Amino acid sequence: MKKVLMGNHAATLGAVLARVQVVAAYPITPATQVVELIAEMVAKGEFPGQFMRVESEHSAMAALLGAATAGARTFTATSSQGLAYMHELLHWVSGARLPVVMVDVNRALAAPWNLWTDQTDSLSQRDTGWMQTYCATNQEVLDTVLMSYKISERLLLPSMVLLDGFTLSHVYEPVDVPDQKAVDAFLPPFKPQTFLDTKNPGAFGSLETPKPYFRIRRRLALDMQRAEAVVEEVGAEFERAFGRGYGAIESYRSADAEVSLVCSGAVGSTAKQAIDELRAEGHNAGLLRFRLFRPFPATALKRMTRPGMKLAVVDRNYSPGHQGIFCEEIKASLYGTKNAPEVYGFVAGLGGGDITVELLKEIWHEVKAKTADPVEPLWMEEAR
Amino acid sequence: MPRLKDEPLSTPVVTPASRPMSENKTGDWRSVAPRIDAEKCTGCLLCWKYCPEACVDISGEVPVVDMHYCKGCGICAIECPSHCIHMTESSEVAA
Repeated sequence: MKKVLMGNHAATLGAVLARVQVVAAYPITPATQVVELIAEMVAKGEFPGQFMRVESEHSAMAALLGAATAGARTFTATSSQGLAYMHELLHWVSGARLPVVMVDVNRALAAPWNLWTDQTDSLSQRDTGWMQTYCATNQEVLDTVLMSYKISERLLLPSMVLLDGFTLSHVYEPVDVPDQKAVDAFLPPFKPQTFLDTKNPGAFGSLETPKPYFRIRRRLALDMQRAEAVVEEVGAEFERAFGRGYGAIESYRSADAEVSLVCSGAVGSTAKQAIDELRAEGHNAGLLRFRLFRPFPATALKRMTRPGMKLAVVDRNYSPGHQGIFCEEIKASLYGTKNAPEVYGFVAGLGGGDITVELLKEIWHEVKAKTADPVEPLWMEEAR
Repeated sequence: MPRLKDEPLSTPVVTPASRPMSENKTGDWRSVAPRIDAEKCTGCLLCWKYCPEACVDISGEVPVVDMHYCKGCGICAIECPSHCIHMTESSEVAA
């Protein structure tokens, strides 16, 4: 059924349709509406799962660590400072191989206070062992929550689903909400082989010496490595079930492009407009929209680029002392590839600055006109 | 070659410790051991209360430390108000 939904509520409906059993949350601004809707459903007797009100994001993830260890399908949502506060528990959850799914609304970190959209909050959690998928529309948010449960439970790795603060979280769009029967057919109940069970006691999260620890980390690395293929598989399964397909990277008019913009999040949909205009003006412009960031989709990237192609990477995030984070990862994953595409970095829209069609076209022209620098990113500001 | 050989993907990812915690004998972590002077012990039971391993048996007149679990932390010796517990280098258990 088509509904007009804000991104926050699209995320909620995804989790509810996935029949999550335990939700633990602390209502930091602005992710509140994601879990607030679940709290409302609890009050109306419409949510059959457990809703735990905890005293912090740190506790929220700790509660899910316990619930997921006991074999429950779990969900939470947070944003910005809240995600930063969760950091320690993110490692606990991935290390324990628990398929928790969390929605993070991308908002800038303090100081100074800002809270408009910016990806540095989630990209700061790059090395926590969580998968990360960035969404461009509210429909994609709902669909990605559903797919993430399937992917996470297959690999026993947690997933973070990202949407832009305000641009998606508080913007209403038409969303096709699938019916429960179809979702149940796509996503069977979570049945872990090993879980905390009073009838069959065992110790979880206990001490491991260097040798087994090293092997456990290697296994996590191995499963993360094969996750890119699983993301593609589940995206194809989703298309067969619901008619909307998703891959690790979306390629838009990029197959024959001379210069392709590389974007993620909602900027990825603005960029399509920019590409259409550039094409209409006679330029060979294309777009690669990254959905997946962890694992880094190097296979898809190599498949979608060709020698002689140039990439203009737009980062709404920055690693102080280095570069835009998508840009540095793209450069690293293309290193050693014969005739690898040239990669140029652009930092734009930190703290919620608009990344408009005009700005994206200017970025494209910086690369086309060879005025961009292959090492240092250019910081681009909207002229208005 | 010191390369790590990958386990087959069929190996279970999550394997809880297969033995109960009671079999996790922590006594072999110990480098010093408590010795209780039965003459000076007043039976106040503070050693039993403070022991983080809960391995002090107080069923008899004088507390007895279960050396299978005592890690030799020395908290009992510090807390004992009558100073009747001494930490000794020997891991021999005094009665």
